[in-house]
Amino acid sequence: MRAIETITGRVSVLNRDDVDTDQIIPKQFLKRVERTGFGEFLFYDWAKEPGWELPKNPILVAGRNFGCGSSREHAPWALEDYGFQAVIAPSFADIFKSNCTKIGLLAIAVSQEACAAIAQSGTAQVDLAGQEVRWDGGSEHFDIDPEIKHRLLNGLDDIALTLAQDDAISAFEASHERPGPVTTAL
Amino acid sequence: MPKSLFDKIWERHQVAPGLIYIDLHLVHEVTSPQAFDALRMNGRKVRRPDRTLATADHNVPTDGTPVAARIKDELSRVQVQTLERNAAEFGIPIYSLGSEHQGIVHVIGPELGVTQPGMTIVCGDSHTATHGAFGSLAFGIGTSEVEHVLATQCLTQSKPKSMLIRYEGELGYGVSAKDLILYTIGQMGVEGATGYVVEYSGPAIERLSMEGRMTVCNMTIEGGGRAGMIAPDETTFQYVIGRPASPATVPDEWRELYTEQGAHFDKEIVIDATKISPMVTWGTNPAMVVGVGDSVPVPQSDQDERALDYMGLDGGTPVEQIKLDRVFIGSCTNSRIGDLRAAAEVIGGRRVADHVYAMVVPGSVQVKEQAEQEGLDEIFRAAGFDWRAAGCSMCLGMNPDIAAPQERVASTSNRNFEGRQGRGARTHLVSPQMAAAAAIEGHFVDIREWSALAAQSAEVR
Repeated sequence: MRAIETITGRVSVLNRDDVDTDQIIPKQFLKRVERTGFGEFLFYDWAKEPGWELPKNPILVAGRNFGCGSSREHAPWALEDYGFQAVIAPSFADIFKSNCTKIGLLAIAVSQEACAAIAQSGTAQVDLAGQEVRWDGGSEHFDIDPEIKHRLLNGLDDIALTLAQDDAISAFEASHERPGPVTTAL
Repeated sequence: MPKSLFDKIWERHQVAPGLIYIDLHLVHEVTSPQAFDALRMNGRKVRRPDRTLATADHNVPTDGTPVAARIKDELSRVQVQTLERNAAEFGIPIYSLGSEHQGIVHVIGPELGVTQPGMTIVCGDSHTATHGAFGSLAFGIGTSEVEHVLATQCLTQSKPKSMLIRYEGELGYGVSAKDLILYTIGQMGVEGATGYVVEYSGPAIERLSMEGRMTVCNMTIEGGGRAGMIAPDETTFQYVIGRPASPATVPDEWRELYTEQGAHFDKEIVIDATKISPMVTWGTNPAMVVGVGDSVPVPQSDQDERALDYMGLDGGTPVEQIKLDRVFIGSCTNSRIGDLRAAAEVIGGRRVADHVYAMVVPGSVQVKEQAEQEGLDEIFRAAGFDWRAAGCSMCLGMNPDIAAPQERVASTSNRNFEGRQGRGARTHLVSPQMAAAAAIEGHFVDIREWSALAAQSAEVR
C-alpha cells in the first residue's frame, strides 16, 4: 500500500443518505475473481438515471451512513478504481470504513455542516498527518484510530505487521487455544 | 468490575494490544478469491486450515445442479471452481456443490456444531453476526481481512463500543423473531448500532428458539451493528451438543458466558416486546418498516419519496392492500428447519394465489433433507410452492433466482435495498409465516387474524 499524506483536489458530490454497498457496486459484478477493474461499474444502476453526474475527482462528498449493508470490499475497490482517494461524509458504516483503511482509501467523517461547505466549495484538502480537512473558507478536525493512521501514513502492510508477532500468536495458541472445532476432522 | 458477555470474550481472545485471535473462519466463493491470490503472490500460507471452513452459497443455482462444473453461468462457475481449487491448494475443508453439508455459510456453521459459545468467528460476509446467537463474537469482514485471518488467524481490531438492547415483556401470538428485529431496526434506524457490538436480552429473547435467535442476530448489521449476541443458556446447549463438531457435554467455560449484574454498556435501549406486531417493510432499507395493520407512511423526506417511488407505492396505502407477484422463503435469515416448519404450518391445505410465484429455498442440504423427512416439501408442493435446492438464492440475486423489474416480492431475507433482488425489483421483508400467508392470499395479511380464520374454516369443513 502506498503511503498517504495529503489528498488535495476537486470534489464530487453524492447527496444521499444511507448509500448501501449494493448501490456502490451491484451484486452481478461480484462474480469477478480479480481485484481491479471495478471502477466502470461504480453506481451502475444509478448512473443510468437521468441527471446523474459523478466526475472522476480525487474526493467524494457523500451523505450519512455511507457504505452500509454488505461487507463487500468491492465497494471501496470500485470507488478507488474510479479515481477517488478520499470519501468525506457525516458518518460511515463500520465494515465499509474498515475495508477502506485496508486499501488506503481515506474515509473521513466530519460534521454535516462541513460536508455541505466542502460540497459548496468544490475543492478540498485532506491532511492525514494533521487530521484536518480544509476547504476554501474553513477547516475541521477529524478523528482516526492512531494505529490505522500510522499504517496509512507509512503505507504499511498490516499482514506483515501481524506476521512479525508470530511468537505472540504461537504463545497464545499454546496457552489459550480453545478445544475444537477442528474443521479438518469433520 | 462486572463484565459483559462481550467483555469476557474480547479479553479471552487478546493476543496482543489491538490483536485478537479468531477461533473460526468461514469462507465462501465471493469474497475470498482475491485473498487467496494475494497469499499466493506473497508466498504466504494459511496458518490454521483446521479452524477454517469453506462452502459455496452465493452463486449456486437452486435447481439441483449437482457439481460446480455444471453451473451454466460462466462467471459463477469460475468463482465456485476457484474456491474449490483454493481450498484444495491451501488444505481447507470445503463443502461445495454436491456435498451433503453444502449450504449457506451461516446455516452450516451452527448445523455442524463448528459454531460454539464463547468463540470469535469471522467471515467475509456482513451477516456473520448470525453466529452471535450462540454467545459468540461473530462479525463480517472484507476481503483484505479475510486474507489477514487466513495468513495469521488474527485480526487487528480496536475494541468496539457495547450496546444492550433489553426487551420487556413477551412477544404476542403470531409475532416472530423476524418481527422483533425488524421492529427494533425501525425504532433505532439503520445506523442506530453503528460502532457497537449489541447484546440482546430479556424474556422475549430467552423464549426464542435457536433459529429465532439466529434471525435476530443475523439482522444486527441492518441496524449498523457489526455483531449481535445472545448469552448462551440451556436452549443453546441443547442445540449445540451432539452435533458433528461439538463436545459431548457442556464445557464449564460455556456456563461462564453471561453478562454480570451491573456490567457497563456504552448505550442501552429498552423495547416493549408486547407492542410488536407482524412487520412489513415498505421502503428501500430495513428501517422503513411498519406493522401489518398500518399504512405505508406519508413521505417525510426526499429519501422517503425516492423509496416510495422505487417501490411503486403511495403514502397512506394500507399494507394489507399491497398485492404481490413473488414470494421468497429462504436466506441466512430465515431458511432453517424451524422457519420452514413455521411457514408450512400456516398453509393449512390452501394454495398459492394464481398470480403469485412462490419459492422455498432451504438453507442447506441438511435442512432440505430434514424437511423432506418431515414431509414439509409435500406440504409446500401441494400448495403450489416451488421447492428448491440449498443456496442464497433470491436474497441477493447473484444466481439465476432474481425478480424482474417492478416485480413485488414478499421476502424472508434481510435487505430491501434497491436492486438487491434484481434490477428494479421491489422487496418487502417479512417473517416466514407472513410470507406463506401472503403467497396464499396474494397480498399481505395479518397472520394473527388470518391463522384464526383458517383454523375456523378448517373446523367447519
